[in-house]
Amino acid sequence: MTDVSARAPDSSASGGSVLLTLMKLRTFIALIAVLVVFSIAAPNFLSAANLILMAKHVALNAFLAMGMTFVIITGGIDLSVGSIVGLCGMVAGYLVLNGIDLQVGYTVYFNVVEIAFITLAVGIVIGAVNGLLITRLNVAPFIATLGTLYVARGLALLSSDGRTFPNLVGKPELGTTGFGYLGAGKLLGLPVSIWILVVVALGAAYLARFTPLGRHIFAVGGNERAARISGVRVNMVKMFVYMFSGFCAAIVGLIISSELMASHPATGESFELNAIAAAVLGGTSMSGGRGTIGGTIVGAFVIGILSDGLVMMGVSSFWQMVIKGLVIIVAVVVDQAQRRLQSRVTLMQMAKVG
Amino acid sequence: MNSGHDVILKLEDISKVYAGTVAVKHADFEVRKGAVNVLVGENGAGKSTLMKIIAGVERPTAGRILLDGNEVSFSSSGDAVGRGIGMVFQELNLFGNLSVAENIFATRELTNALRKIDHKAQEHRAAEFLEQLEAGIRPDMLVEDLRIGQQQLVEIAKAVSLDARVLIMDEPTSALSAAEVEILFKVIADLKARGVAIVYISHRLEELIRIGDYITVLRDGRITGQEEMKNVDTQWIVRQMIGSDAKDFAKADGHQPGEEIFRAEEICLPRVTGGLAVDHVSLSVGAGEILGIYGLMGAGRSELFDCIMGRHGQASGRIFIDGKPVKERDTTRRIRRGLALIPEDRQREGLVSILSVASNLTLASLSRFVSLFHIRGGAEKQAVTQMVRELVIKVADPVQEVSSLSGGNQQKVVIGKALLTGPKVLLMDEPSRGIDVGAKADVFRTMRKLSRDGLGILFATSDLDEVMALSDRIAVMSNGKLTGMFNRAEATEAAIIAASALGHGPSPNTENNAHD
Repeated sequence: MTDVSARAPDSSASGGSVLLTLMKLRTFIALIAVLVVFSIAAPNFLSAANLILMAKHVALNAFLAMGMTFVIITGGIDLSVGSIVGLCGMVAGYLVLNGIDLQVGYTVYFNVVEIAFITLAVGIVIGAVNGLLITRLNVAPFIATLGTLYVARGLALLSSDGRTFPNLVGKPELGTTGFGYLGAGKLLGLPVSIWILVVVALGAAYLARFTPLGRHIFAVGGNERAARISGVRVNMVKMFVYMFSGFCAAIVGLIISSELMASHPATGESFELNAIAAAVLGGTSMSGGRGTIGGTIVGAFVIGILSDGLVMMGVSSFWQMVIKGLVIIVAVVVDQAQRRLQSRVTLMQMAKVG
Repeated sequence: MNSGHDVILKLEDISKVYAGTVAVKHADFEVRKGAVNVLVGENGAGKSTLMKIIAGVERPTAGRILLDGNEVSFSSSGDAVGRGIGMVFQELNLFGNLSVAENIFATRELTNALRKIDHKAQEHRAAEFLEQLEAGIRPDMLVEDLRIGQQQLVEIAKAVSLDARVLIMDEPTSALSAAEVEILFKVIADLKARGVAIVYISHRLEELIRIGDYITVLRDGRITGQEEMKNVDTQWIVRQMIGSDAKDFAKADGHQPGEEIFRAEEICLPRVTGGLAVDHVSLSVGAGEILGIYGLMGAGRSELFDCIMGRHGQASGRIFIDGKPVKERDTTRRIRRGLALIPEDRQREGLVSILSVASNLTLASLSRFVSLFHIRGGAEKQAVTQMVRELVIKVADPVQEVSSLSGGNQQKVVIGKALLTGPKVLLMDEPSRGIDVGAKADVFRTMRKLSRDGLGILFATSDLDEVMALSDRIAVMSNGKLTGMFNRAEATEAAIIAASALGHGPSPNTENNAHD
């Protein structure tokens, strides 16, 4: 990589644009590189079963990373997603096992679809709390979401006194069976969670590219004051991105509980960092205004495949962390080099035009 | 040009080129010891660039700098400071989170034997400088707690503390009250007596004539006149500044303004530090009328526009469009009612610099291109193409980032963005600031065309020529108040200047000690 940055200044205009294209595609190149390396180094890596298993792992991080991408594009950060995953898993588990006791001798049990919607609503509400703290009370996003990180984790632990809700099969007479479908079910040969990822990702990518809200998200991150003067409802945009992030985290909470058929209150610890890493690897700028859903998904795959592949190769988990960290740093260094090269190429083009 | 003052610093044939524009062209400039060397010129004439070259902030593209007769080149402002050249910058360069004393000694901290900062000594020394300025500022106060005028005094104290041989002051009085200006002049006289060469930049002609010894006039990056102050008068200065060749203002086409389209009543905006930034301003504009709002920096023009756009929750007053009251209080819905603002600061408030030209143009009017929630790419593209053509925006491809355009074209993008919202009333805050002559002419032509199409236009400017040439009526603001309203036929430069200076004399609400 040092080689690239050292060569960049001398490259001619055409060489510059070739290099620029390569740099723009860097996450894809990294993805192909990890695929090629592991398919050679790790036996069975390319088997269909293994690819699907990896995709399921990646999907969890990809959900969080998508929500994180929008938040980061507006210039914020959401540290609370890992805790929302944990809390939403506990909410789902609690509802399956216990229902809601109305305190008057009745207990209401919900069917699985209702439970899923309630859980998603919980995620969205926590996101809304983040949004309100940030827009109405002017708390810095880092601090606001750090606060909700602790609160949500604490609530998750309180909900069961720190115990796991085991065996979420439900009872047929209460209509609470079928919770395992999300995590274990298959549709047309692919796991349900992958299908959900495809749907949410396409929706998010569409939102980013073809809706006013998407455009406003980028405008707020690029220049909040200018956006405000142009009539963008900045506070609404921010509310949306944190609520969407909470929504994504709730999906992950549901899927994990469903896969394990159990809810553990510590689920999701440090997931937020993986999500940030995937977003940054996919080209999202921490200073706001830049990023794509597609890039983030590819970033999530690079990180996920990297860690699964290293496990398959038998690399120690300590080394895995070192490697993951280096990959992230290199990605950002290349990103900066690309920016510089880009502006040079633009200037050169302007000079050519006159 | 002969007198008792020796030349300490000499610029020879200096030019400075930025991407796209030439800011200074073959300038020769002499700075004399123990005298106030005045530099005047209109906005964008190149004064600040020239001063930044002297202060080592910018390096000249061509030409020589001679200090005491020896050629020098400054690699940084620290380098220039090392050779005895200090500068009071127009935009304040202070650290709001540090104390006054820490600001004054920033990068030259007084330390004890162990390299620990000696705060006592710093505050003691700082107090001496502040004493001279009679500002009532304690050295341990945080800079962000001071009024703008007081911050400017700190900036001046900082420059004085450099013990510079050449001291550049770029509009040092722009935020000072009349009493504070008097104190500054005393300090300047004191520095002069010590043999310091002072370079003084200001827009206020009466000020220049009072304290200047030598005057140099810049126009469009060229030096058009250099004289001893005692040989010149205001008319001479204005002639040199504006030149005989009139600027390319689009001609009025003689259409008559229609009925009232916009009215503001009793607009007030409280200042954070007490008093009113906008003080009971009422005005109205007819359809197809251009109302110029003239005023010096800090007169409250931009704040008035901000109030009209609903950017300040604490503002009071009533506005009407087409005679109907506008009850909406937020910017989004006021834009929908037909108001649009072209802000003064393009970079900070006008553009999202990392988005494309197209995205910037349609940012405020996206709802026009949306069915349900889908942006119709074709319709958007068509509107962008049309606007690019109409405003003559020079851009190869609208998907280019807007930051790659020149200042004038960026300004056209900001105007285009406002026009796409289909406004009835357009507020333009210094629409010609920082753009080249050709783009200025385009902007003025566009204003004429829009007024012909029946828009009401309010434009704020501190350029007297501009306000005289473009306005159907001229409003003058000073100190937050509306101090004059002239029809073009009866407006004279003298009357406008007089009105813009009202309230700048010693008055109860500009006391220094408002803070104590």
